[in-house]
Amino acid sequence: MSDKAKNNMIRTKRVKVQSVNRSKKKNYNLIVGGSITGVILLMILIGVFYTPYDPNAMDASAKFAGISMKHLMGCDNFGRDVFSRVLEGSRTTLIVAAGTVFIGTFFGVIIGALTGYYGGVVDEVLMRINDAIFAFPSILLALVFISIFGSGKYHVIIALGIAFIPSFARIVRSEFIKCKNMDYVKSAKLQGAGDFRIMFVHILPNTLTVLLSAIMIGFNNAVLAEAGMSFLGIGVQPPDASLGRMLSEAQSYLFRAPSYALFPGVIIILMVLGFSLLGDGLKDE
Amino acid sequence: MRYAGKKMITMFLTLFAVTLFVFLAFHVISGDPATSMLGTQATPERVEALREEMGLNDPVLVQYGRWALNFLKGDMGTSYSYRMPVSEMIAGKIPVTLTMTIMAFLLMVVISVPLGIYTARHAGGVVDRVIYMINQVIMAFPPFFAGILITLIFGRIFKLFTPGGYISYEKSITGFIGYLFFPSLAIALPKAAMAVKLLRSSVISESKLDYVRTAYSRGNRTGDVLYKHVLKNALIPVITFLGMALADMIAGSIIIEQVFSIPGLGRILLTSISNRDYPVVMAVIVCIAVLVLVVNMIVDIIYGLVDPRISVE
Amino acid sequence: MSKELLKVTDLNIEFHDHLIPETVVYDFDLTLKEGEIVGLVGESGSGKSMSALAIAGLLSRRDMRKRGEILFEGVDLLTCERSVLRKIQGNDIGVIFQEPMTSLNPVKKIGWQVEEPLRIHTDLSKEERYRKAISMLADVELDDPERVYDQYPHELSGGMRQRVMIAAAMICMPKILIADEPTTALDVTIQAQIVELLKRINREKKTAILFISHDLSLVRRLCGRVLVMKNGYIVESGLTEEIFKNPKEEYTEKLIAAIPKVTRKKDR
Repeated sequence: MSDKAKNNMIRTKRVKVQSVNRSKKKNYNLIVGGSITGVILLMILIGVFYTPYDPNAMDASAKFAGISMKHLMGCDNFGRDVFSRVLEGSRTTLIVAAGTVFIGTFFGVIIGALTGYYGGVVDEVLMRINDAIFAFPSILLALVFISIFGSGKYHVIIALGIAFIPSFARIVRSEFIKCKNMDYVKSAKLQGAGDFRIMFVHILPNTLTVLLSAIMIGFNNAVLAEAGMSFLGIGVQPPDASLGRMLSEAQSYLFRAPSYALFPGVIIILMVLGFSLLGDGLKDE
Repeated sequence: MRYAGKKMITMFLTLFAVTLFVFLAFHVISGDPATSMLGTQATPERVEALREEMGLNDPVLVQYGRWALNFLKGDMGTSYSYRMPVSEMIAGKIPVTLTMTIMAFLLMVVISVPLGIYTARHAGGVVDRVIYMINQVIMAFPPFFAGILITLIFGRIFKLFTPGGYISYEKSITGFIGYLFFPSLAIALPKAAMAVKLLRSSVISESKLDYVRTAYSRGNRTGDVLYKHVLKNALIPVITFLGMALADMIAGSIIIEQVFSIPGLGRILLTSISNRDYPVVMAVIVCIAVLVLVVNMIVDIIYGLVDPRISVE
Repeated sequence: MSKELLKVTDLNIEFHDHLIPETVVYDFDLTLKEGEIVGLVGESGSGKSMSALAIAGLLSRRDMRKRGEILFEGVDLLTCERSVLRKIQGNDIGVIFQEPMTSLNPVKKIGWQVEEPLRIHTDLSKEERYRKAISMLADVELDDPERVYDQYPHELSGGMRQRVMIAAAMICMPKILIADEPTTALDVTIQAQIVELLKRINREKKTAILFISHDLSLVRRLCGRVLVMKNGYIVESGLTEEIFKNPKEEYTEKLIAAIPKVTRKKDR
């Protein structure tokens, strides 16, 4: 009898301990990542309606002006306000990254769902092609595309988007293969749901956790890829400001005005850092 | 061995697909090489004669075959802008890009493997947490910004190298390698940070598996359990990553060459893209593709050597 | 009377990974004499595996506290130096585990793994080790031991892997073999073979065996004495046949009742 009483006590203790434990541990990744991302998004949003100066307005008297209250991040070689340009540049980078991830996810999900669900010869062929493209650095694919179709914001989005499809297709496909034999799919089939309904209403929501972390990683890769291409001068073209392009312009004046190079770089890092911490934090939740 | 053979066949098939794709893509857009060589004032008869001479009237697949065969023989066509053989233009550039990438790869391994093992062994400790934070920031670095910062810190402040003072390997091998050290570091650092994170979590999750307990039950020391049992298992996912990272580094070197003014494949690729010098663009892309595919094949083979479960499947 | 090999008194195991410590084993007592087979039974979570792992020196997590005494030939395994413990592990005490599928290192050859205790505890040459490993693999009734020696774990079936585990655990001729649910993951016919193998090893090599299981029918076939555990306590102990005929605790009765009838008939 006394044993039983003790055991019951242990059980209740265990339940309590776990709940105490959970509330005690703070998810720093989520907090820090969320704050960084939040601040940057807020800045970009403000930048849409208001920038201290016209990002493209040149002011010869302010050439290489240092950091001051007038120019928070100083001025570049044409006397343009770096802060205003950073605001606009991060917006461009964000749009390109979001567009890229959208194209990659959209087509990746469709291809991954169809190949994973149906399998067969089409799956084999598509996946071989997929593997071949996947084995390839995405920036190289984008370079081929750009050298054929020319540069510019939209071409960069399409080029990177296509280059990103295989990685998404791969992930979605393996999730669909995992899910397609689960009981809930079988029961949906018994109830007479069509293939497309099963794929996109029943299975897809169950792949969201995996897909979400892939989107987070993909977004970061897109930010870095866009910055890299614009840095090479084959990405976003003037008058669009872009963080990568600013860095490549700043590089020539690196020793004269280091702050001109530092700010756009730091913003890219914060963007990527915030998102990857946010992704890590969401995984832990 | 059968596994390695299979991987090689896969590589050649992929190579075929990639080169065909590149050839077709540029064939469609590059317009008429005969016209671009003769200029727009040339008479249609002369253009037609040149087209016949260059074999441009043959079916596309025949043209591809001829191009691929010539490529294998080392004839990569003639540059539109410089009127010289493409092979001559890029032959000297390949060692530059290759050296830099291999150095970056070695740096990445040398930095990440000890750190990954150390942080895994001391997970939760102060050093582990500090390295975690540094890692997160470095992973967010675009390689070219790492390059800019390295130029600023090591070139300008510590004066360890002369920014822009590239030394050709024909002049001095040590000078060449010395100059390439910092660009290689810029490429290696972000990848090394990812590798540390991956190796750490891989070692930790392997250490929880049953065979580790078996190893302890036989009287193994903690270090022996780690190095004789856990490490080989933990490296399996890391090898895949290192392979992908190497492929990325080959492509990433294009950007870093710009930052450090290094005349490698990337430099010539960018000028040719802006000059619309398609034979050169094609040649460089195919060269990089071959490098990437060979790397992938080697990684696959190593993978099969390390993991006995693979070769059977 | 044969010599006492192992004497465990008042073993308590507490977890400290939560805010409030949690005890999983209370006042565990056990003696193991040379050449005998003792069974340790109980449902999952009863603390039987925890006790066995503690005896094998495999519970060394920082967030865990152990009290009491585990005397092996006069050495207290709980308080002795790690180096002393390591000399005993694999040499005097061998262990086999529940999951033969995951208990072997997937990237190392069988031979390498079977020879490991010899490499750690003896100065035998490579050839001697090879000879011993081959004869040990033959001894656990594996066909074609030379071939198995060069194979990897994934090429073997579950039963074969458990034989390999036994070979590795026995290669240094330990005085005690701890078998932590060695048959649970195997199918019934293989279970019987493994039990017979353990019986033969005990008979021929005089190794004492601590056999942990939740399957009373297997315990009855193998063990002379048995301890019944529930929620961290030993609730009953004594000679196997006596406990089967005359269980004192309701819990033991239930465990006996849970044995499938067919197996019991075959046993008699």
